[in-house]
Amino acid sequence: MTQDKLIQRVLKPLVWVLCLAPLLVLTVLAYMGEMTANPIEFLNRYLGEWALKFLLSALMMTPLKIVTGWAGFTRFRRLLGLFSFFYAVLHLSSYVGLDQFFNWKDIWTDLIKRTYITVGLGAFIILAVLAATSTKNMIKKLGGKNWNRLHKWVYVAGFGGCLHFFMMRKGVQAEPLYYAGFLVLLLIYRWVYYLKKQRQRAGKTAPAAL
Amino acid sequence: MLIKMTKASDIKSSEITPKAVFDDRRRFLKTAAFSGLGFVAGSIAPSSLANEGRGKKLIGIEPSKWTQKSVGEKLTDYESVTSYNNFYEFGTGKQDPLTYAKDFNPKPWTVVVDGEVENPGTYSYEDLVNPHTLEDRVYRFRCVEAWSMVVPWVGIGLADMIKRFGPKNDAKYVAFETLNDPDRMHGQRRRVLEWPYREGLRMDEAMNPLSFMAVGLYGEELPNQNGAPIRLVTPWKYGFKSIKSIVRISFTKTQPPTSWNMSGPREYGFYSNVNPEKSHPRWSQAKERRIGEFLKRPSLMYNGYVEEVASMYVGMDLNKFY
Repeated sequence: MTQDKLIQRVLKPLVWVLCLAPLLVLTVLAYMGEMTANPIEFLNRYLGEWALKFLLSALMMTPLKIVTGWAGFTRFRRLLGLFSFFYAVLHLSSYVGLDQFFNWKDIWTDLIKRTYITVGLGAFIILAVLAATSTKNMIKKLGGKNWNRLHKWVYVAGFGGCLHFFMMRKGVQAEPLYYAGFLVLLLIYRWVYYLKKQRQRAGKTAPAAL
Repeated sequence: MLIKMTKASDIKSSEITPKAVFDDRRRFLKTAAFSGLGFVAGSIAPSSLANEGRGKKLIGIEPSKWTQKSVGEKLTDYESVTSYNNFYEFGTGKQDPLTYAKDFNPKPWTVVVDGEVENPGTYSYEDLVNPHTLEDRVYRFRCVEAWSMVVPWVGIGLADMIKRFGPKNDAKYVAFETLNDPDRMHGQRRRVLEWPYREGLRMDEAMNPLSFMAVGLYGEELPNQNGAPIRLVTPWKYGFKSIKSIVRISFTKTQPPTSWNMSGPREYGFYSNVNPEKSHPRWSQAKERRIGEFLKRPSLMYNGYVEEVASMYVGMDLNKFY
């Protein structure tokens, strides 16, 4: 089997199933009555955390490619990003449909008064735009350069998500800081790599100029 | 008096799941967990499956005027009251206290009483509690996070306890402190808040007949996760004012610092009375979700205790003194 076929036929379906595993776990928890005494809150937090986990996973693919030297990692970037959006949709739906029960007036008040909700919606809108432009057709339509520039916004969404999580929790809690710390590490890694690359390029061009 | 019409839909006390049936359900779930789904559920949620070791029955409890009938609402079931807790000393997750407070042995327990008081000293739990008759009190409990419960507490009126200490005229406030012991309270190893947890009341608030020192719930000793062995309950204030596992009671001339106010003064005031009109930067306080119910319900001014407490705040700007 060629590597391409391995990715297409084995790894991608496997990752797909893994991405759905949180929903399976949720079903088991619901069946067991283990969603705490406040299942609506539990569900909402659970979905939100998975949206963030998948977003960070998607952002981890390129660094993984560089570290391991296996280019195949980038093939999972879109899949993971779309699953992040999928969980974000469920997270938002649980807020609108269960927590607020479609009370649009209260939702609007939350949006303008509670900063963490404003920030969260901002991150969601970015993810929606990125998801909508994630097809091959859209890449062609926008052109590689524009598309790349647009999809850099995923970092803003990542920070928005982490900030949303941090602000939602009371006091200085550990979990949101772990997420944010991880995101910062990923960014630092990329930046260092970028600098190294530039230096290499400069090193290469210099002798040629002689 | 709180006027509350009993609706036909209200669940009568006789309909509340008897404990035996409830325990059977737990046992069933446990069996199910360890047979089929054991390997999944066991790894995900071992905490609440091990919900055993109910507290000792408390004896000699007298009824009070705050009964389930006078509140006119259904009690929140025992499992919810004891498995869904904010007690950051044992972790920030709602089920962390149940999981991590299991081995917290509260007794022997002592409470330091100091400050502007005639009878300062170190009181043992027994010194504090035994001279009093225990009372049953059913109170609404409203968390600042916009969820609420109805809890049948057992304990002593705070005013009765305070009278024994003999506060001096200079005592304008009462300050409370929770145990600070990171070895026994692992949540204190991280500085989520500045430990020890601190709370306070104005003297008239502390002497209000509603203020209560709980040592039990559902007729049994207070479970560790609910603030064993002794905690405050001020039902007209947001839940975080009802400080748990108290080791110090100080009578002060000036307003004492309080934990959440120190952490976020814009969000949590010293008074923190339930007020649906004063919205919180994080949660609208207009509504709340009663644990066990789907739709939110409107929150009540002073959590429905207007008659008992409103007079203490007459003339105060509640938007300023939130």
